[in-house]
Amino acid sequence: MESDIILRVNGREWPLRVDTRTTLLDALRERLGVTSPKKGCDHGQCGACTVLLDGRRINGCLVLAVACDGSEVVTAEGLGTDGELHPVQQAFVDHDGFQCGYCTPGQVCSAVGMLEEVAAGWPSAAGRPVADTPVLDDAEIRERMSGNLCRCGAYANIVTAVRAAKEVSR
Amino acid sequence: MASTSTRAPVGLSSVTRDGIGASPRRPDGTLKVTGEFAYSSDMWMEDMLWGATLRSPHPHAEILGIDVSGALRLPGVYAVLTHEDVPGEKRYGLEYRDQPVLAFGKVRYKGEPVAIVAADHPETARRALERIKVDYRVLEPVSDARRAALDPDCPLVHEEGSLPLHEEHNQRGNRVRYQPIRTGAFADGASVEEVRALADVVVTGEYEVGMQDQAFLGPESGLAVPAEDGGVDLYIATQWLHVDQRQIAPCLGLPADKVRLTLAGVGGAFGAREDLSMQIHACMLALHTGKPVKFVYNREESFFGHVHRHPATMRYEHGAKRDGTLVYATMEIVLDGGAYASATPAVVGVASSLGIGPYEVPHVSVDAYGVYTTNPPCGAMRGFGAVQACFGYESQMDRLAAELGMDPVDLRIKNAVSQGSRIITGQEIDMPMPMAEMLRRAREMPLPPDRSSLPAPSDPRTLPGGVANTSHGEGIVRGIGYGVGLKNLCFSEGFDDYSTARVRLEVVGGEPAVTVHTAAAEVGQGLVTVKGQIARTELGVERVTILPSDTRVGSAGSSSASRQSYMTGGAVKTACEAVRERVFALVRERGLVEDGHPDALLSLSGGKVVSAAEGVLISLADLLGGEAIEETREYHHRPTQMLDPSRGQGSSHTQFGMCVHRAVVDVDVELGLVKVVALDAVQDVGKVMHPQQLAGQIQGASAQGLGLALMEEIQVHDGVIRNPSFTDYLIPTILDTPPMRIDVLEHPDPHAPYGLRGAGEPPTLSSTPAIVAAVRNATGRPLTHAPVRPEDIVGIDPPQG
Ligand code: FES
Ligand code: FES
Repeated sequence: MESDIILRVNGREWPLRVDTRTTLLDALRERLGVTSPKKGCDHGQCGACTVLLDGRRINGCLVLAVACDGSEVVTAEGLGTDGELHPVQQAFVDHDGFQCGYCTPGQVCSAVGMLEEVAAGWPSAAGRPVADTPVLDDAEIRERMSGNLCRCGAYANIVTAVRAAKEVSR
Repeated sequence: MASTSTRAPVGLSSVTRDGIGASPRRPDGTLKVTGEFAYSSDMWMEDMLWGATLRSPHPHAEILGIDVSGALRLPGVYAVLTHEDVPGEKRYGLEYRDQPVLAFGKVRYKGEPVAIVAADHPETARRALERIKVDYRVLEPVSDARRAALDPDCPLVHEEGSLPLHEEHNQRGNRVRYQPIRTGAFADGASVEEVRALADVVVTGEYEVGMQDQAFLGPESGLAVPAEDGGVDLYIATQWLHVDQRQIAPCLGLPADKVRLTLAGVGGAFGAREDLSMQIHACMLALHTGKPVKFVYNREESFFGHVHRHPATMRYEHGAKRDGTLVYATMEIVLDGGAYASATPAVVGVASSLGIGPYEVPHVSVDAYGVYTTNPPCGAMRGFGAVQACFGYESQMDRLAAELGMDPVDLRIKNAVSQGSRIITGQEIDMPMPMAEMLRRAREMPLPPDRSSLPAPSDPRTLPGGVANTSHGEGIVRGIGYGVGLKNLCFSEGFDDYSTARVRLEVVGGEPAVTVHTAAAEVGQGLVTVKGQIARTELGVERVTILPSDTRVGSAGSSSASRQSYMTGGAVKTACEAVRERVFALVRERGLVEDGHPDALLSLSGGKVVSAAEGVLISLADLLGGEAIEETREYHHRPTQMLDPSRGQGSSHTQFGMCVHRAVVDVDVELGLVKVVALDAVQDVGKVMHPQQLAGQIQGASAQGLGLALMEEIQVHDGVIRNPSFTDYLIPTILDTPPMRIDVLEHPDPHAPYGLRGAGEPPTLSSTPAIVAAVRNATGRPLTHAPVRPEDIVGIDPPQG
C-alpha cells in the first residue's frame, strides 16, 4: 500500500509517495538523498539514525515515514544556521568527540534533543521524577546519552563535548 | 604530556602552527559532525543496481546443485551469478588463496556466499535470493578447534591437496600454522618434569577467550562502477586499497590497473575490513550488467560478512622461585581460524612470540596452533593474537602472585622486561621499555572514592547494571586489578609493509600550499590529521591539503598493526624532506646563500626559507613563483625475520609497544553484575603526535578491551552464530565506559620517525586482564573465561543447551 505524505526535512518541504512500510530513515536516505542519518542496525539498537522529529529525538529506523506526514524533521546537516555549525556540533569538533564519525550525526542530534529535554525539566530513567531542574552532571550526561553507541569508544570526549555545549547554550 | 616548543628564528614573527605535537582539528571533522561525510553506504548513482548475497544456511555441506532460473524470472532482476560466473581465479585470500569468491563443491561455514544478485531495488534483490534453489548434502560440522589441532582422525575442512602448503608453517591436517617456541633447557630437549624441578612454586591454568566481533558501526558497503575501458572503479571502505586490488583483479581476470579503487568513508574498521567482503561480488555484477552496483550489508549480515577475533583456548604453567623470580613457563594455545585462513598464520606468529608477555623467563616452551574448522572465519582484530595471550599470561601472573603471597604489581616488576631484554624468540627489545616505571606510575595514580563516601550510594547510576539493578547495592564489593600488555607494531615476520607518499609544494593564490597524496585508509584513527601535521612541521607551510586515498599512488600498506603513523607518517616525512632538499637547491641556485652552505643550517618555517645565521632569506612564494616541486617516496621499516619453524627463534617484530592498566570495579556478587568504576592507563608512545587524538585511541582501545572482559562474545554452537544483533551481542555504551586517567610517556624509539610508537592497539591488550583481575579480586572466583559472565560471578553452572 502506498500513501502520499509531506515531509518537512531541514526546512524544505517534500511531497512524497511512500510504501507504508518504509521507515523514516529509508525515506530520508533512499528517497530524498538525505544521508546524514546513518544506518547502523536498522533495529533501534545503535542510535546512528537519530534525528529530531518535531523537536524530539527519535530513531529514524523505528518510525514509519507515513507516521511523519506533515512533521518537521531535522537531521545533523540541518542543525546549523547560516553556514555555522550548531554549538553541539562545534563542541564535538573542538573536543574530538568522534573518530570514524559514523555515530556522530546521531550523537549530535541526540545531544541537541537531550539538552532540550533537560531544559524542559524532564527526568531521565535514573533521575528522581520530582526534581524540578535536573542536574546535568557527567553521570547524567552518560545516562541520557546511553542510547547512542560509539564503537570507536569516543565516549569520554562525547561527555566533554556535551558538557561544553551545555555551557555555551546557557 | 610534553608539548614541543619551537623557538622562532630571527626575523620570523610566528612559527608554523598545527605541526606535530599540537592538536589541530581533524580536517574531516566538520563533514563528520554534519553527516555530510560520505561513507561507503552513502554512495549513490543514478540507475545503479542493488546487490545481495545468498549465504549458506549450513556450517558444512556439499553443494549438489544450484538453480537460479526462478530468481532470473523475477522482474527487476538483472543478474544472478554463481561460482561458474567468476571470470578469473575462483579463490582469493589475504595470506593463502583458499577462500572461494562464491562457494563451489562445499560450503565450510554458515553464511558463506553462494550466489549474488543484482536488481533494481534492494527488496527485489532480497526476494530473488529466496528463489534460488541450492541442493545441499549436510555434513558433520568440524566445530572443536582443539580436536582440529590435535586429533589426526578429525575430518578435514579442506580436502587433502586442495591448499597451497607453506612448509615453514608446519601445516598438517586442519592446522593452518603450528608454531613451537623453545628456549633455555627446553631448546636442549629437556622435559617439563625436568624443568619443573628447578622451581619452588608452580601454577597452572586453563583460559578461554571468546569470539569477539569488531562491530564497526558502519556495515560493509561499496559501489562498483563499470568503466569504458572494460575495467571497473570501486568505491569501498577498506583498510588497505592495494591488497584489495591485488586480490580482486585476478578473480575478475583483469590486470590490476583496470581495477581502480577509491577509499569511501570508513565507519570504523578494527581489523574487520582487512579481508574482502563484497568487493569482488560488486565488481562481477557491475561488469556483468554494465551498470553501477551497490552493496550494503545489514547488521545481521555484517556478523557473517567479516572475520572475527580468534577464540582461543590456552593452557599455561608457570614456575618461580620463592622470591618470585620466574624460572620457566609453558603455553599451549589453540586459535580457531574457522573455515578460511584469512590472517591466521600471522595471528599465530604474534600469539606465540608474545605468548609469555613482557617477562624475563629463562626456560620457555610454547606450542601455538591456528586451525581450520567449520566455524565462522577469524582473522584480524585490534590486538591481533596478542590480546588472547595477554589474557592468559596476565591471569597466570595474578595466580602466581596469590600462590606466593606477593603483591601482583611487585611480582610483575620483579620479572619485568626492559630495554635490552630478549623476548622468547631471542629478539632484543632495542628501544626503551620502562615497564617497571609504568607499573609504579599506574599503582600511584589516585583511586576513585569509596562507595561509602558517595553522596547517594543507592543512586542507580552508581550501581552495577545501572537502572536495571533491582537491589539497593547491598551485595556490592569493590576490586582492583592490573594488566600489562606487550604488542608488536607494524607487520612482522619478514613482511615489507612499506608506504608511499607523494608531496607537492606550490604557490596558490600567493601563498605556499602543500598537497599530500597517499593510499592510506583513514578509518577514524586520525591519520589525515597527522599527515597534515607532518607536512606542516617539515615544510613550514600551514596550508596543507590531503588528497583522497586511491590506487593512483603507490601502496600505503594496511591501516592495521598500529602502523600508519609510523609507516605512512614516515613516508610523508621522507617525501617532505625530498621536497625540502629541492627547495634548498633552488635557494643555492638563486645565489641566496653561498655555495657549500650546509642544508643543516637552513630550515622552512612560517612559509619562509630561514638561515640559522641570517634569518629569513626569502618567502616560499617568492622563491617558487609558478614552479611546483613534487616528490614521491617509499618508506620501509627495518627488515624482520620469519620465526624458524622448529624453535621459533628470529627477530620477527619491527617495534614493541606497551600499555599498563589499572581497573577498579564494583561487582554485585548476588546479581553477577559489574560496573567498571575506573580504568586508568599508562602507555609509552615514544612521541605524542597529536595529544587529543592519542587520548581518543587509548580510550577507544580500552573500551574494546572492556567489552571483551565483560560482555562481548559471539555465541557459536555447532558452527551457528546465535546472537547476530546488537540486542544480543552487546558492546560497551557510554554508561559502561568509565572515566579514564591517562599517563603518557615519551621515550623515543630511535628506529622510528620522530621516535613514535604505534599507539592504537596496546591498550586493547591490557584492559581486558586488568578488569577481569579486578573482578577476581572482588569475588575470589577463578574467572578463566573472557568475557566474564554473570553465572561465573555468582558461581552457578551456565544454562545447558
Ligand atoms: S539504525 Fe536506527 S538505531 Fe541503529
Ligand atoms: S566515532 Fe566511530 S562509532 Fe562513534
